[in-house]
Amino acid sequence: MNTSASALLPLPMTTAAPLIEVRGLKKYFGSSDRPVRAVDDVSFAIRPGETLGLVGESGSGKSTIGRTLLRLVERTEGEVLYRGDDIGKLAAGPLRRLRSKLQIIFQDPYASLNPKMRIGAILGEALATHGLAKGPGERERRIAELLETVGLRPEHASRFPHEFSGGQRQRIGVARALAVEPEFIVADEPLSALDVSIQSQVINLLADLRERLSLTMLFISHDLDVVEYLCDRVVVLYLGKVMEVAETRELFERPQHPYTRALLAASPKPDPLVPNERVALKGDIPSPVAPPSGCVFRTRCPHAIEACAGTVPPLDELSPGHFSACIRKDLIRLEPPGRSQGETAARSAEVV
Amino acid sequence: MTKTPAPRLTVRNLSTCFPTEDGLVRSVAEVSFSIQPGKTTALVGESGSGKSVTSLTLMRLLPKTANAQVSGETAFVTRDGRTVDLLGLPDREMRRLRGNELSMIFQEPMTSLNPVFTVGEQIAESVRLHKGLDRKAALAHALRMLELVEIPAAARRLHEYPHQLSGGMRQRVMIALAMACDPTLLIADEPTTALDVTIQAQILELMRKLQAETGMSILFITHNLGVVAHHADDVVVMYAGRVVERAPVRPLFASPEHPYTQGLLACLPGKAQAHGEGRPRRLFAIRGQVSSPLAPPPGCAFEPRCDKAIEGCRQAMPPLIDTRDGRQARCIRVPAAQTFARAA
Repeated sequence: MNTSASALLPLPMTTAAPLIEVRGLKKYFGSSDRPVRAVDDVSFAIRPGETLGLVGESGSGKSTIGRTLLRLVERTEGEVLYRGDDIGKLAAGPLRRLRSKLQIIFQDPYASLNPKMRIGAILGEALATHGLAKGPGERERRIAELLETVGLRPEHASRFPHEFSGGQRQRIGVARALAVEPEFIVADEPLSALDVSIQSQVINLLADLRERLSLTMLFISHDLDVVEYLCDRVVVLYLGKVMEVAETRELFERPQHPYTRALLAASPKPDPLVPNERVALKGDIPSPVAPPSGCVFRTRCPHAIEACAGTVPPLDELSPGHFSACIRKDLIRLEPPGRSQGETAARSAEVV
Repeated sequence: MTKTPAPRLTVRNLSTCFPTEDGLVRSVAEVSFSIQPGKTTALVGESGSGKSVTSLTLMRLLPKTANAQVSGETAFVTRDGRTVDLLGLPDREMRRLRGNELSMIFQEPMTSLNPVFTVGEQIAESVRLHKGLDRKAALAHALRMLELVEIPAAARRLHEYPHQLSGGMRQRVMIALAMACDPTLLIADEPTTALDVTIQAQILELMRKLQAETGMSILFITHNLGVVAHHADDVVVMYAGRVVERAPVRPLFASPEHPYTQGLLACLPGKAQAHGEGRPRRLFAIRGQVSSPLAPPPGCAFEPRCDKAIEGCRQAMPPLIDTRDGRQARCIRVPAAQTFARAA
């Protein structure tokens, strides 16, 4: 499986060696006879400097993937390679050293900062753990620098988390991730706890830092607009499986998988003049304890046929870099970009 | 402009203050708006803008221990054509109105349903109370309500507990509960915020269908401008407890007048897709954050974050003025309606 997986790996269309490679990743929770299949055979790669979006609804396994990548959660099967080395095989010492290269920004800026620690101590702890910025004077300079990097003031170091607003706390979360000069950051829904006006501040901050520090990012989100804005490539997940992978623009202009199309149709555009596409999906996401046979999406898919229950659809490359896991090849529409209004309407009608 | 029927609900100068140890907090100040029969008015704003307090004040559901100081007046037209002031009604009559004429659904269906009763019992309780049905008839009515909100295998679900249902199903039960006594006004406080987008789309579609069938009015409280764009007729934008702009939905999105509304729309990544080569340009951001309600700025509440602020903005809180085409804005930089139009 793993040998063939590398040939089929959804890779970006460049020759650069990937920074992160995920091969056949599985994460099952609970008892071995009836496990919760949170992540079920997921493969993708992230090249240096790239921001990869991971989208899907609750229960799709996106956060579990993020955590498994950093070994905050141990995988059940599969490989996670960082610059070609399997992270899962590392002993405690080398893993801790590697952690300074791999960081995470959490969703809830209220729960992810210790309320009893001052901001200076929160950032200083990250530095101390990895033996960076040694010496008190040096450490204070670095903390002040970090706070300025994320748009806060050096004197904020002496305050406690409760003295900050949600947006400011998320900036502190970003500063903590940056403290150890990482190469790769998992941003796990970093915006969903924030108000719209604050959200755009943090989006700009992430975009700036990414350019300035040439960061590679895995951006986990359920907000398609943010993903379209921030990411270079997108992986669409459903019930622990990859449905579609493509460059962002390609995915949003020519979504191929019925689930991606439904997801795009369901997300309301902030413009009353853009026609509201009708609801395509019936029912709820099935339980990951007993996922449907064959294609996991078939129970809600408007295009499901009998054959969909038979086999797990492979992730096929439809055009360079564009992968979709669906056996209904007759639904594929690869028209050139720059469609007219009429074509857009035709596509919308087809989603219904 | 064609003559519109009397609004289902008119709110005038509603204010809600809470005494706290650090001083009086004005959560809602001088809020005025109206909701037409069969239409949806959206109350939009970020956390702390006072939108939820507005709805709880109208429903008189604020906890007694909060010692809220409420002022202002409302005119609610009941099913039989009487006009009542929700804020002035005796408790007994308000209780009769709640559930019967006024219903509310909340953001988190799990915490608003009782975990120890089946969903059927919970719906039946409200119709027994308000419609005086007996146990059997009430349960039959509950079943009809579950079918109305399109819950599959409703007869089985009737005897299930909230924890056995998914988030989307629970919100459907909440809506069934709210619709059980056929309300004329439904207050929906962030009803889809906790749900996934495909489930959100289902719930919004359901609310739209029920509104078309029953002709109820909806006060839709949300921070999601995408939802507002497609599901509201009129929009009330709130900032720091005050209405800063009021307009029908299309003109509001086409030409927002208040700098806060303009900023809010410009902030949205969905509106900023460059779709050129490479990464898109920087997103517009409203600088800073909402001021503390304990230390509001002397003039306009939005002035410290506003790009268009001038000296006059710091002097006094601008009034909510009529601008054009029946719209209103609370900003001294927005031109007022022509005086001759007012005189005519």
